[in-house]
Amino acid sequence: MEWSEWLNQCFRIGNLTLPLVAITGFIMGLVITIQSYPSMAAFGAESWLPSVVSVSLVREIVPVITALICAGKIGSGIGAELGSMQVTEQIDAMEVSGTNPYNYLVVTRVMASTLMVPMLVVISDAIALYGAFLGVNMKQDVSFSLYTHQIFQKLTFNDVLPSIFKSFFFGFAIGAIGCFKGFMTRNGTQGVGASANSAVVISTFVVFLIDLVAAQLADIFSIT
Amino acid sequence: MNSPSQHIVEIRDLSISFGDNHVLKSFSMKVGEGENIVVLGKSGSGKSVLIKCIIRLLQADSGSIRVMGEEVCNMDTRELDKLRASIGFLFQSNALYDSMTVRENLEFPLRRHRRNLSQIEREALVMEALDDVALPHTINYMPEELSGGMKKRIALARALMLKPRIILYDEPTTGLDPITAREISALIVRIQQRYGTSSIIISHDMNCVRATANRVVLLIDGKSYCEGSTVELAKSKDEQVRGFFEQTI
Repeated sequence: MEWSEWLNQCFRIGNLTLPLVAITGFIMGLVITIQSYPSMAAFGAESWLPSVVSVSLVREIVPVITALICAGKIGSGIGAELGSMQVTEQIDAMEVSGTNPYNYLVVTRVMASTLMVPMLVVISDAIALYGAFLGVNMKQDVSFSLYTHQIFQKLTFNDVLPSIFKSFFFGFAIGAIGCFKGFMTRNGTQGVGASANSAVVISTFVVFLIDLVAAQLADIFSIT
Repeated sequence: MNSPSQHIVEIRDLSISFGDNHVLKSFSMKVGEGENIVVLGKSGSGKSVLIKCIIRLLQADSGSIRVMGEEVCNMDTRELDKLRASIGFLFQSNALYDSMTVRENLEFPLRRHRRNLSQIEREALVMEALDDVALPHTINYMPEELSGGMKKRIALARALMLKPRIILYDEPTTGLDPITAREISALIVRIQQRYGTSSIIISHDMNCVRATANRVVLLIDGKSYCEGSTVELAKSKDEQVRGFFEQTI
């Protein structure tokens, strides 16, 4: 295992994607809360707003949206980087120097994205819940302690753990597809663009597919 | 003529095809210890394929490649990595790692094959290689900051890092101006003299061929058409051979 390269990739994937994921998480929390308020108010269930929003954010919206952002940023980045290395013979140069390019380039990136995407999801969950808190306070006057109390009345490990668990698969799929498309790049710079593009498209599709399977499994095993 | 024991590379009946395109057909060639051999041929004749087969970036369909007495075609990954440490490869596109500095590019093979070296020893080897190519001041440059000729020299310095016994050059002067091309050719000869390396140089730049070759092998239709010194081949009456040697002043 190429630990230093893996750490480097963890930094690039995790740290450099964090601002994007954080801002998106905050906006998601805020917008979902603002949009849900009228419907809840119509039934006189405003006090349920934190619970309902937090469950939908943590279980579904944040993991999927974060994974889609990662598919765009990480998937395209890996696809383009490895694709560019492929067409400029850098991967061949690595092989010639006695370095296994699969270990050095693929394993490190796939492992980094498998680990970093769930971490980004957890951070984004927290920021989205804070955004939701501000959204709730735009309509009502709710203290932070009451808000968190209302959240954790309904939000359980059965909501949090499956969402983190499926995020590992999101991360693995994004890293693996990016690497595969990068390694398969042909036809020069045009091929690099095509690889980056198809890495994003396929990763996005696979994220939804994994989400569907995860939802079905959660239902089968009654983790609802 | 070298005796078989002196042949550092020995290729016999090498064939490789891509679909219906038979690139090499029973190609044979021998390279002596300390010899610079140029493989000359038209574009698309399979010259680059040949050296990629030698270092097994491509797997030949049939035939034998013996490098320093070891059969390359049947090697497992570990044996191949060990052999590759004894072979330097200069890519046509230079293939410098563009996300790394010159220093990191040069240290890369050392970190893999000379893990026991201290940072000071690594630094000394990097500086030695940079001195060899007369570019010590570029140590902290990124590849994008280098000119074409400088990139070629740095790529050559990287190929020299593990003190290889054999260096494979893939079109070392292609895309360079005549003066830089001449400098690269002179550098190839200097490296041969200083380190006693054997080289296989793929080229169709006749100035480079004349400057560097101890012997030339002409690759036509996937086979070794003829071989000899540049002087011998220049005197040839064969039209195909003359086609190469008449093109330059």
